[in-house]
Amino acid sequence: MYSKKVMDHFMNPRNVGEIENADGVGEVGNIRCGDIMRISIRVHDDVIDDIKFKTFGCGSAVASSSIATEMIKGKTIEEALKLTNKDVLDELGGLPTIKVHCSVLAEQALKAAVLDYANKHGKHYKELEGFSPDEDHPHDEHELEA
Amino acid sequence: MKPIYMDYSATTPIKPEVLQVMEEALREVYGNPSSVYELGQTSKRRVEEAREQLASLLGAKSREVFFTSSGTEADNWAVHIAKKTKPGKHMITCTIEHHAILHTMEAAEKEGYEVTYLPVDKYGFIDLEELESAIREDTILISIMYVNNEIGTIMPVEEIGAIAKKHGVLFHTDGVQALGNVPLDMSKSNIDMMSMSAHKIYGPKGVGALYIRQGTRVVPLLQGGAQERRMRAGTENVPGIMAFGEAARLSKLHLKEHVERLTKLRERLKKGLMQIPESFFNGHPEKRHPGNVNICFKYIEGESMLLLLDAIGVSASSGSACTSGSLDPSHVLMGIGLPHEIAHGSLRLTLGDFTTEEDVDYVIEHLPEIINRLREMSPLTPRE
Repeated sequence: MYSKKVMDHFMNPRNVGEIENADGVGEVGNIRCGDIMRISIRVHDDVIDDIKFKTFGCGSAVASSSIATEMIKGKTIEEALKLTNKDVLDELGGLPTIKVHCSVLAEQALKAAVLDYANKHGKHYKELEGFSPDEDHPHDEHELEA
Repeated sequence: MKPIYMDYSATTPIKPEVLQVMEEALREVYGNPSSVYELGQTSKRRVEEAREQLASLLGAKSREVFFTSSGTEADNWAVHIAKKTKPGKHMITCTIEHHAILHTMEAAEKEGYEVTYLPVDKYGFIDLEELESAIREDTILISIMYVNNEIGTIMPVEEIGAIAKKHGVLFHTDGVQALGNVPLDMSKSNIDMMSMSAHKIYGPKGVGALYIRQGTRVVPLLQGGAQERRMRAGTENVPGIMAFGEAARLSKLHLKEHVERLTKLRERLKKGLMQIPESFFNGHPEKRHPGNVNICFKYIEGESMLLLLDAIGVSASSGSACTSGSLDPSHVLMGIGLPHEIAHGSLRLTLGDFTTEEDVDYVIEHLPEIINRLREMSPLTPRE
């Protein structure tokens, strides 16, 4: 079902936990669908020098959050905000179609954490304009056209 | 690492005796049962022997057993029979049926039938008074499953059948999980039709059956040749049917011992796993499938649990959204009233004839580590 890379990140997730006194915390997802991600970041000189996650969800949700934190750690906020769910998917070597929303969740959790940081520190990032962490993440409806 | 299979309600491994019969069938019993020559007639006899073996397990007459390709086909056929032989546009089922019934009912609704989906209580039982009051002049079928595939609850099918009989309504039950796990005697039963499947009783996949009480009007679902007394066209799956017959023979021979042994293992597993904090046992404590344990663990998600169990060699299943293939957790767990956050953390372990006490103890020993690991990773777990 999952690629080796997904399984590696699920079995050995990187950056699990929560940063004490984090500069920004973002939580997305909802209990109905069964996936919730919380990302906390520490920012120093506009660089995300620490990032941790906690995830309630399936294998691909855990793997998506794990790999996203790995990709973001050490990046500037500007760089981090360029991360898309497609980057997460590519880095994981793909996810089954019905699990693509897990990668979206990872992107949104990161953005939510940065938004929290921006709000707390009076910063403004144009990449976050119009972003709302409370919006329901898109879930793929399954249909088949033969 | 020894593989530990605990998903017998999904499917069972084939028994060596069954495999032997099937091998012989594939090699030697290749004639078409509809052919006049001896080779064909041999196949026909072997199919009839299998029918007798299954009928014997059911306490039914051979002529009441019709082979199909699966339990799903049998479910579809039963609904079709009601629609085509009874005047009326109303059917009754319940919310926690298998999709083979639920989706067939939904399809019937699109054709203009009305369907009542009876709710169930926390154990998965329907209310018999509610059932009786749901029956209308134009009710043609009541279809309530015998044993629930997820939570293992055994429905009061004889009481349901008595109500159906009193009102002259056909009663069908999906008996896929009941066959081989519950003693059956159709000669004394109120069931008019019952669906079954070979691969849940240590037979092969791709063969099922529908029991239809003698005297019930039957129409075919599949049109074509004259197989199954013109009621189910298509060349018989001779090896599958012969193997089903052998599986039924073995099941009848060992039923009592099978139920007693599994019940002991089930109780041992349940007791061990219920030591885990914030765990919730699903289904009825006694009126349940002898090998079914279904527990929800709070704060964690089912698929993650399955992957970690798989990593230590344990095959199991869950009713979480990710494993149900939809956005919601399983309709059965929702149906018994579980909130989403609990239903997502469900684990179904189903035991069978090759499960040992050591297997059960291994799971009891290792599951807590898995639960702890996932709880530590979960943002829902309350902080100490």
